[in-house]
Amino acid sequence: MTPYIVLSAILFAIGATTVLVRRNSIVVFMGIELMLNAANLSFVAFAKLNAAIEGQLAAFFVMVVAAAEVVVGLAIIVSVFRSRRSVSVDDENLMRH
Amino acid sequence: MSHLAVLKAAAAAASSTGVSTAQMVLFWIVGIIAVLAALGLIFARRAVYAAGCLIVTMVCLAVLYVSMDAPFLGIAQVVVYTGAIMMLFVFVLMLVGVDVSDSFTELIRGQRAWSIICGLGLVLVLGGVAWRATLPATIGFQKDQDNITTITNALFGDFPFTLEVTGTLLIVAALGAVTITHRQRLTARRGQAELAVSRVAAGTQVSPLPAPGVYAGYNASDVPALDPSGNVIEQSVPEVIRLRGQVRRIEQFEQAQLPSVRPGEAALAGAPARPKPPSGTPPVPGTRQPAPLGDGAAAAEPAGPAAAVPDSTTDSDPAKGAKEQGGEAK
Repeated sequence: MTPYIVLSAILFAIGATTVLVRRNSIVVFMGIELMLNAANLSFVAFAKLNAAIEGQLAAFFVMVVAAAEVVVGLAIIVSVFRSRRSVSVDDENLMRH
Repeated sequence: MSHLAVLKAAAAAASSTGVSTAQMVLFWIVGIIAVLAALGLIFARRAVYAAGCLIVTMVCLAVLYVSMDAPFLGIAQVVVYTGAIMMLFVFVLMLVGVDVSDSFTELIRGQRAWSIICGLGLVLVLGGVAWRATLPATIGFQKDQDNITTITNALFGDFPFTLEVTGTLLIVAALGAVTITHRQRLTARRGQAELAVSRVAAGTQVSPLPAPGVYAGYNASDVPALDPSGNVIEQSVPEVIRLRGQVRRIEQFEQAQLPSVRPGEAALAGAPARPKPPSGTPPVPGTRQPAPLGDGAAAAEPAGPAAAVPDSTTDSDPAKGAKEQGGEAK
């Protein structure tokens, strides 16, 4: 199961780097999704390792929560885009001043 | 409990690693594809390409789930992630404009370099821990255990409250999305009547714009219409097509697009112009006039085009001529 966990770590790091590097908030959001997916992969791997179905259940709940999170997050992005005509994370600086 | 432990021990003994060779081959192929596609998330210029790369990664992960005795999660991954979530992403990308590409100007100096260094460090730390860790032997699910039955028993038997909370979360999220994107109207609504009044007041074109052109062999919205004197009406082509420069010119259709041989053209080539056969009315007088309508048999016989032709000496169709002769004989 070790390769699966390493793959999960690599995908998680790629997702985290995406969040740090990209400026488009939608792509940043995709990086978050990739991190959730990477965590799911290790959940499933450990579920098989221990023959415990609870790992798969946790991955399932992560999926559901990710779906809810995406709905709200994209709604926020759309409403920000409406008022500021931009999806770049550099432009959302209202709270800075 | 003891027989479960025995079963687990037997399974562990049967496969010390718990992962067959075929599974490892699948893992390496799919894992490499997944990592490459995930890297596309960082390096793709356009957000749509990043979304496509993420879809590939998620499908690869679904394959891995199925190979790890989690077929339900694999299907849910495809349906929920690639089907619903990524569709939502692409839809929002369409809303905010597909052509939005990232600005690569750094507001914080050296941020990108440090981000990549941090990412590599994260890979080293997490991957190193996972690599160095001594995992126990893989037990793996029993072959007679149905994955979906097991998940259902656990979901509705052990965690019913979690399930209900999750359902509540979904409803709240849907309501929240509707509330967030709800926009309060700041100005008066401009309906059809107001638009018409403003258009007349502005003095621009009041009537609808002309429709695109319809030619003999071609009609689509990228060909302009012609006014009565044959000039091209640029406005008849939709503005998007005009801006993209995809308007087809009229010269392309004058000769090239028309079918070379149309029905009847071959007959017309050698013969002088023939009048069209009349339909239903008594035939025009001539040397070979068909039988009058009073004759039942002759009237029942359908008169071919040749029957109505007054001068059929140049008729190139002998069969019709013979038929006409037979009609006359009756």
